[in-house]
Amino acid sequence: MVEFSLLSVRELAVEFRADTGTVRALDSVSLDLRPGRVLGVVGESGCGKSVTARAILRILDRNGSIVAGRVLLDPDTPAETDLSQLDPESQRMRGVRGARVGLIFQEPMSALSMQYTIGNQLIEAIRAHNDPGKAAAREKAIALLGDAGIPRPETRIDAYPFQLSGGLRQRVGIALALAGDPDILIADEPTTALDVTTQAQILTLLRRLQQEKNIALMLITHDMGVIAQMADDVAVMYLGRVVEYAPVGELFHAPRHPYTRALLRSVPDLRATPRQRLATIGGAVPQPNARPTGCPFHPRCPEVIPGRCDAAPPAPIPPGAAGASCFRLEDAA
Amino acid sequence: MLNYIARRLMLAVITCAAISVLTFIIIRLPPGDFVDAYIANLASTGSTVTADQAEAMRHEYGLDRPVIVQYFLWIARVVQGDFGVSMMWRRPVTEVIGDRLWLTMVVSFAALFLTWTIALPIGIYSAVRQYSIGDYIATMLGFMGLAIPNFLLALILMYFGFRYLGLSVGGLFSAEYAQAGWSGAKLWDLAKHVPLPACVLALAGTAQLIRIMRANLLDELRKPYVVTAKAKGIGNLRVILKYPVRAALNPFASSIAYIFPYLVSGSIIVSLVLGLPTVGPLLLQALVAQDMYLAGTIVLLLGLMTVVGTLISDLLLMWIEPRLRLTGRL
Repeated sequence: MVEFSLLSVRELAVEFRADTGTVRALDSVSLDLRPGRVLGVVGESGCGKSVTARAILRILDRNGSIVAGRVLLDPDTPAETDLSQLDPESQRMRGVRGARVGLIFQEPMSALSMQYTIGNQLIEAIRAHNDPGKAAAREKAIALLGDAGIPRPETRIDAYPFQLSGGLRQRVGIALALAGDPDILIADEPTTALDVTTQAQILTLLRRLQQEKNIALMLITHDMGVIAQMADDVAVMYLGRVVEYAPVGELFHAPRHPYTRALLRSVPDLRATPRQRLATIGGAVPQPNARPTGCPFHPRCPEVIPGRCDAAPPAPIPPGAAGASCFRLEDAA
Repeated sequence: MLNYIARRLMLAVITCAAISVLTFIIIRLPPGDFVDAYIANLASTGSTVTADQAEAMRHEYGLDRPVIVQYFLWIARVVQGDFGVSMMWRRPVTEVIGDRLWLTMVVSFAALFLTWTIALPIGIYSAVRQYSIGDYIATMLGFMGLAIPNFLLALILMYFGFRYLGLSVGGLFSAEYAQAGWSGAKLWDLAKHVPLPACVLALAGTAQLIRIMRANLLDELRKPYVVTAKAKGIGNLRVILKYPVRAALNPFASSIAYIFPYLVSGSIIVSLVLGLPTVGPLLLQALVAQDMYLAGTIVLLLGLMTVVGTLISDLLLMWIEPRLRLTGRL
């Protein structure tokens, strides 16, 4: 196993200013992206998965900002850079986007502009870094589309996104993310909008490319099945916090956090008896501006310790280590 | 695509025919006819017209024939380029409108150009820097522009221009060129006179366009393709201009259709105040005098401009919007 990280997120906190006050979207989030490994980030909608991705790339909406923590590119090397300290518009930050960190987006329908051909949008991404010239960029674009499993790339390159199926569009998205030869990829729910067969093909493709190019992949999903199939390590997020961080085997066989256990219980079981009700997690994710005090999960937690979990949040997981952020575990230790 | 264009052209022809009928009906709507108005006008200056003379005039202009016949007589000659004789001016309509048509075009295009060059950058800025001080200032000026009547601004500008700058304001020509033939000096004189009316006419449109551009762009800026483009590592300005601004421009291609006639008919009061030799004031006079052929021709021209504008809009939209071009729908 590779021990060094390409990108380390350390105790990252992000806040959004809203009319109703400040909303803390991320709180003390730490992650490590290692070459050739897949970090699965899992959690319900609104838990801060996408915000983490955007904070790393410094493309948060205008009302959002990083208020604490570091985003270290090439940590513990002479080239170590804290992305959270860079101006989002700076040349250095733009050099990171696309060329070091590629982003694969969620909605293959709306994530491409309908006004330009896929070739135009792809060649633009290639020429944004180390411009090889127009003709060479087109050659490379065709090769990338071929790598992404698009049939007849030399003609498809001149197609508009609306002329392609959802699956093909997502393959274009993958080609786009790889255009700048990044060694880190962030895939934000890359298969959520696709049907199940296409989903499996896209995941296989993503896995193959990631292995071939020894890429550090951060795979954001809400689907435990995708995690089981793809991830090496898993970060479980809830309300802007990482509540459990573990290698995938440990997570499925010995989940530490009550929330992880609840998530695993709510995966439909093939051996279930007919008419058996699906297990669900009671309640809903609280509104971000109405965060519970104490552990954010305590109102829905089946193992809540009254007077303890609602008083102060448990300590975050030490960076780089497996563990869970839960008083039950602190007590057991 | 050819199919689409052919269908548009056919619709345009049908619309034009309908417009000609409507035009005719509108002209005929007010009680009385040109002769009545003419007699009333003469009476106010002290002269009188006998019943026989009136009848003779009606016959001369064909006003004693059935309405449908009058329509077809009129339209048959219009198709041949003969728009009839203005009863008020006693000259052919084409001659009366004459230079006014293209002077109107000059002023209108100047106003349109000014509107777009001012409104688009401000609208873009307002959207990209939403709720910034600059956005609030642009918003405030925009609403003021919408609220201030054009003719009031025209009067104020005329007053200040004359009082403090000693400019000969009003009209499109200085006195010495008004009746002169065309020459380089006269063109230069025209160029000096166009900016003021263009500014006044551009005011409301600019204010409106800033708001539209801002709203369109705010919608587009939230779309995921903007994030995709930013994640490529290209500069923010380039991202914004290439993707969301391009998408937000589509509604403007459609707005060309109604901007043309608006600039002509919406500027009547301003043209009167500024004494512009354009079509607007002529239309007003013709309607007041019930000068059927003159008014009919101008209303018909406005209708045709709308149709041609719509056609241009459709073709432009097809050109800039690949989805429409390739699939025939958006």
